[in-house]
Formats: sequence, C-alpha cells, structure tokens
Amino acid sequence: MNRRDALARVAIIMGGTVIGADFFLTSCSSPAKKDEKTAAGDTPVAKEAKPFLDANQVGLLDEVGETILPATQTPGAKAAQVGSFMSVMVRDCYTPADQKTFLNGLTKIDQDCKAKTGKGFLACDPAQRTTFLTSLDAEQKAFTQNKQKDDPAHYFRMMKELTLLGFFTSEVGATKALRYLPIPGRYDGNVPYKKGDRAWATT
Amino acid sequence: MEKNTYDAIVIGSGISGGWAAKELTEKGLKTIMLERGRNVEHIKDYVNANKAPWEYEHRGGKTQEMIANYPVLKRDYTLNETNLSYWASDKDSPYVEIKPFDWFRGYQVGGRSLMWGRQSYRLSDFDFEANAKDGIAVDWPVRYKEMAPWYSYVEKFAGISGSKEGLPQLPDGEFMPPMEMNVVEKDVAARIKKNYAHRRMVIGRTANITMPHHNRVNCQYRNKCWLGCPFGSYFSTQSATLPAAVATGNLTLRPFSIVTRILYDKDTKRAKGVEVLDAETNQTIEYFAKVIFLNASTLNSTWILMNSATDVWPGGLGSSSGELGHNLMDHHFRAGAHGDVEGFEDKYVYGRRANGIYIPRFRNLFGDKRDYIRGFGYQGSAGREGWSRDIPEMSIGGDFKDALTEPGKWTMGITGFGETLPYHDNQVTIDKTKKDKWGLPVLAFDASIRDNEQKMRIDMMQDGLEMLEKAGLKNVRTYNNGYTLGGGIHEMGTARMGRDPKTSVLNGHNQVWDAPNVYVTDGAAMTSAACQNPSLTYMALTARAVDHAVSELKKQNI
Repeated sequence: MNRRDALARVAIIMGGTVIGADFFLTSCSSPAKKDEKTAAGDTPVAKEAKPFLDANQVGLLDEVGETILPATQTPGAKAAQVGSFMSVMVRDCYTPADQKTFLNGLTKIDQDCKAKTGKGFLACDPAQRTTFLTSLDAEQKAFTQNKQKDDPAHYFRMMKELTLLGFFTSEVGATKALRYLPIPGRYDGNVPYKKGDRAWATT
Repeated sequence: MEKNTYDAIVIGSGISGGWAAKELTEKGLKTIMLERGRNVEHIKDYVNANKAPWEYEHRGGKTQEMIANYPVLKRDYTLNETNLSYWASDKDSPYVEIKPFDWFRGYQVGGRSLMWGRQSYRLSDFDFEANAKDGIAVDWPVRYKEMAPWYSYVEKFAGISGSKEGLPQLPDGEFMPPMEMNVVEKDVAARIKKNYAHRRMVIGRTANITMPHHNRVNCQYRNKCWLGCPFGSYFSTQSATLPAAVATGNLTLRPFSIVTRILYDKDTKRAKGVEVLDAETNQTIEYFAKVIFLNASTLNSTWILMNSATDVWPGGLGSSSGELGHNLMDHHFRAGAHGDVEGFEDKYVYGRRANGIYIPRFRNLFGDKRDYIRGFGYQGSAGREGWSRDIPEMSIGGDFKDALTEPGKWTMGITGFGETLPYHDNQVTIDKTKKDKWGLPVLAFDASIRDNEQKMRIDMMQDGLEMLEKAGLKNVRTYNNGYTLGGGIHEMGTARMGRDPKTSVLNGHNQVWDAPNVYVTDGAAMTSAACQNPSLTYMALTARAVDHAVSELKKQNI
C-alpha cells in the first residue's frame, strides 16, 4: 500500500509494512544493473562466519555515525552500534556494485579527511570531524542532485542513511531518542504536543 | 473410500474458505477443509507478532538473497523481513507472464486472511447494475436487496468497525464503533463536505474489532496486523471462522493438500470429489463429498476448474460458456495526491491506528459524467513526518539529531483505488510446458488495463489535487507511480456469475452451471470489480451460497 515514496501515510491502508514506509533504502534498493542480475558471479558477498567488515572498519563507522548523530541529551549512534549494523546491511542488502562503492568509501573517507585536515578521520577531534563530515555531506548532496538515476550513490550518503536507519530503529534510538510503545492499547487522534516532546518511534 | 468421504469439501482456507467451513459445519455437515500450504496456528505461530523493530536483523527490509528468491514478491512492499513466511514462494510456484501480472499469494492455513488490508465495504446497486446499464460484459445475477442481509450476517460475526454515513454508493452496515479520524483528517473531512455536494471523507471501515467480540480482544492499536494478531483483533480464518468451525466438531482440516482436480461424474452430471496431491509426500489421495466449495483464491480456483478437464468438458469444468479464465480484474491504484498541512503543530496522536480514511466513489454518479465509465475511491491518511524526513537546511550533528527526534510537519496523502472493467480478452490459461515444484502445469497471464482505466488515473490524480488544495493543504503534488495488473492484490473474475449458462461460469448462487454441486465463492465469481475492497463481498456470497447449498441438499436437488 503505500506505497512508499512520500506516501508513508497512505501505506498503512493496504496491510503493508509500516517499517517499509519509513525506510530509506535508496542505496539498498538501487536497481541492479542487468549484467549483475544475470552474470554467474553476481551474487552478493555471501554470509560468512566472519564479519563482513573488520573491527577497525566497524570502529571507524561507529565514529562516523557518532559524528552524524552524536550523543546529546540522549545517546548517540555509537551507543546503537551503528558500525556493526552497517556491516550487516551492506553485506546482506546492498547490490555488489553498491557494496563496492561503500567499501571504497571506507578508504576514501580517510583519504578525503587527510586531504582536508592533514589527519586521518580517527585522529581528528570531534570538532574537526564535524567540520569535515559537514563538507562531505554538502558534497554528497550536490553529487546526489546531479547524478543519473541508475548511477551509484555517493558513499557518504550510504553511511548517513544507514546511520539514521540504524540509530532510530535501534533499541537505544527508539526508546531513548524517540518514544516506543509496544502496546498503545487505544488511539487518540488529537493529543497536545509541545516543542521538545519526542516523536513516536513507529507509526 | 468411506474414510475419505465427507458431506462437504472446502478447497482453500482463506477468507472465503474459512467462511464456507464455518457455515457448513455449523449447519451440521461433516466437512474437510483442504489447504495447500502449512498450518499456521493462531497466536502460537505468529512468530514475529511481538518483535520490536530492532529485533529484525535488517530492520524489516529486504536482503539481496530475498530479492533473488522472490522475483515477483520483490515488486512491492510485500517482500519484507517481517512476514516473509506468509507469502508463497515464487520459485516453488512460478507462472508465465505473457503480459506482466503481479501475483502475490499466501499459501498456508488462513491464506491471505493473515495479511489482508482489512478494509471492508459493501457494494451497492450502482455496482450490481453497472454492467447492465453500461451494456458491457454480463449482468450480475444478484441485486443489493438480496445481498444486504448476507452482508449484515457476515459483518456481525467478522466484526467491522465503521461509521454510518447514509451514502447510497457505500451502504452502511452492522458496525462496531468507528476508529477515530485524527485532528487533521477531521479538518480536511469537514472542508471536503463543505466544498462538494457528493464527496465525503470517512474513517475506513475495517475488520478490526473496537470492542471485545467472541473471545477476541479489541484492537490495541499496534498496527502490526500483517504479522498475525496475538489479540485476535482483526478478522482472519484463525481468529474467527476456524475456531467457530472447529467448535462444531464437524471440521477436519488437512494442510499440505494441493487439490489438482475436481472429479466429475458424467452419469450424475455432478462432481463426486477431488483429487489431492500431498505437498509433502507427493502422494495422490481422493476425497468424496456431496457438495464442494471451491475457495482456492481467484486464480487458483480457476486453475483447478481448468485442470479438471474431462472428455465431456475438455476446456475444464465450467468451461462450456467459453468464459472460464476470462474477464480477469483487479483494482488499479498508486495514483493520487499528497501535500503539506499548515498548522496543528501543537497536535499529535497517541497509538498506531491500523486504518486510514476513505473517500467513497463520486465519479459517474449523481449526474456526473466523465470520458470513462465507473469510478474510484480514495484511501489515505494524515500524520506527522518522522525521522526519515529531509531537513534541507541541516546537515549532521547534535542539532540535526535533536530535530529528528521531534515529529515534523503534518502531511496527508491519498491514493485512488479504481475499478477495472471485465474485458473478455484479459485472461489466464494453463501453460502445460511450464511446471511448478510438484510437476503441475502453471497459469499463464495475458491481461492489462486499457484506455478506460488510464483515463480514470488522470482523475485519480487531478481530483485528489483539487480536493486537497481546496481543503487548504499546501504544496500539493500528484503522483502516478505506475501500476501492473494484480498489484492491488484484488484478483477478481475468471469464473464469473451470471444469468445465462452460455455467457457465465456460475449461476446466481455461485453454482458451476456445468456441475451444480460445485460452488465457487471467492473472487473468481465477481461479475464486475466495483472499486471497493472486495473481501467482504466474498464473505457475504459464501454465507449465502452455503445456505443455498444446504437447502438444495435437503431437497435433494444436488
């Protein structure tokens, strides 16, 4: 139902998943190119016993995520272990082409950071990280606006989307940064709201 | 043979099959219900019903492995991590698309009653008389007056919540208290009423109970219906009809039973039973009964009829009219409008309402005349944006995060659900060259929407735009996200009811003209599609047909 797009609202009617409606997944669902679909070696990197990303990479992504969504009055992305989450999502949900973009991005983010600040990302302090990722986000936005529909996404767009998804649907994000009620028990379509009240985690 | 003999056989256990089983067993008939898929036990087998979002490894999304395994299901929201086990395997049960057709199936006890959208609307005489008045297809053999008591009967048992509105195109029913429109929806509804003589926006009529009913708990506003409801708050085979049938002591339920043929006796001109392929053991078993209810879902019911060919009926049981497999319909959708709501920043909602608003049909009614026939209704809702919204002026960091932890502006979207016409050449056939996992030939689809539907889609966008703008929304945009037949998951037709055996497969009581002890009461029977969600009509047709069948059995007419 939805069915998606800006139509998160409409989606609920048909029995579709509400989670799907609020999903980003633009990277995750970018269309596989024809040759990827049919070529024999095209299957995404298979699930393996060992993690898709190593501890260093996960650690880097935790810090990238924490810079995007830092701890404020409420916990940040690192508390939601978004690095491990990204590892799982890229491994299982991304097309081989998107996986490649993402993996290259892990190297590129450090190179780009060095070029801008003279230091690797992890060597930067929080203020430097924020400045760097703010400029990277601007680059990503311009890139996304200009790219052709089927072109690969910018690696930082992937990281930002996965950080948001990973954080706000995590237990920490849903229950501490947002409000989560397993069983509301009733519906009220007109309750007072004042600025600062947290949003519901699910709709 | 004796141990395989029952009074009645029901093929399929979804919405209509469950109703057939309930009605037959309550009337004292020893009944076997045959279901091709596995058993799903109420509550116990709703394995994800109590999961939190973070308990899904991919947070409910789809993996590349799922996409590879479900080449059809992946086309819509249907492919997701939360209820994958309720959807049939595209690989085990392939089909042929001469033209594209989205066929989303549920092969388990309960069928798609577990994941259905639950919107429940009566058809009116605008619908039952439509084919006759437009001079297309064939006339429905029933009118609203005959159907009304059966709608009441099924509504009272199923539990439909809704508001009485007195609209001739959407007759009122036996409703439980309605769910509530939210503050923005109420405002828009009032403006639509003020702006238009014949347009209304009402709360959806849904098969979610709003008060306790038959050992079922009223809706808890979790909005997770498609996972199976541990409270039994929405109507499904498991929550409603199956326990009623079991309570009679007259029901036998047999999962993993693929009915391959209805066995026709040319001497008595009746069906005598069915042939079953056990989906686990591949053994063939025969069951016998005096009456058979075919409720395998629209296209599988038609497949069974076609696959029941004999030298008497080489085109399949019920094929004498030449209409079996023809007149395939659905509801076309994914065209409408959405926009932003100004104000109401001091308002929010509590609870997750598994229901939206409904704008009943207004086109080609009450003197209105368009360049197409029939019409559409809208479904939709208003709500505040969540964390996935774009905040263009922000980038990353603490302020960005804190902004996303608050709700965004109110928006509202509506999507039309339009009637598709019964075109004779929109058809399915059996393709004997392609086989499913069990070696059975599969269906081939050759159907598409036409000019009438395409013209209607323009109104679905433009009328939505105009109504929302007039209601005060800003930045209203139309959309048409494209539509493939079947995507509405409202497959209808292919064994239509009618008044004449020369032009229809079923008579006015859903009996196969060529074998009157076979009743088909799922979507296959639909003579036209109307634009309302169809399941309530299948329930009413089923209860009515069982009443007829039992009466005919007593009179020894079948």
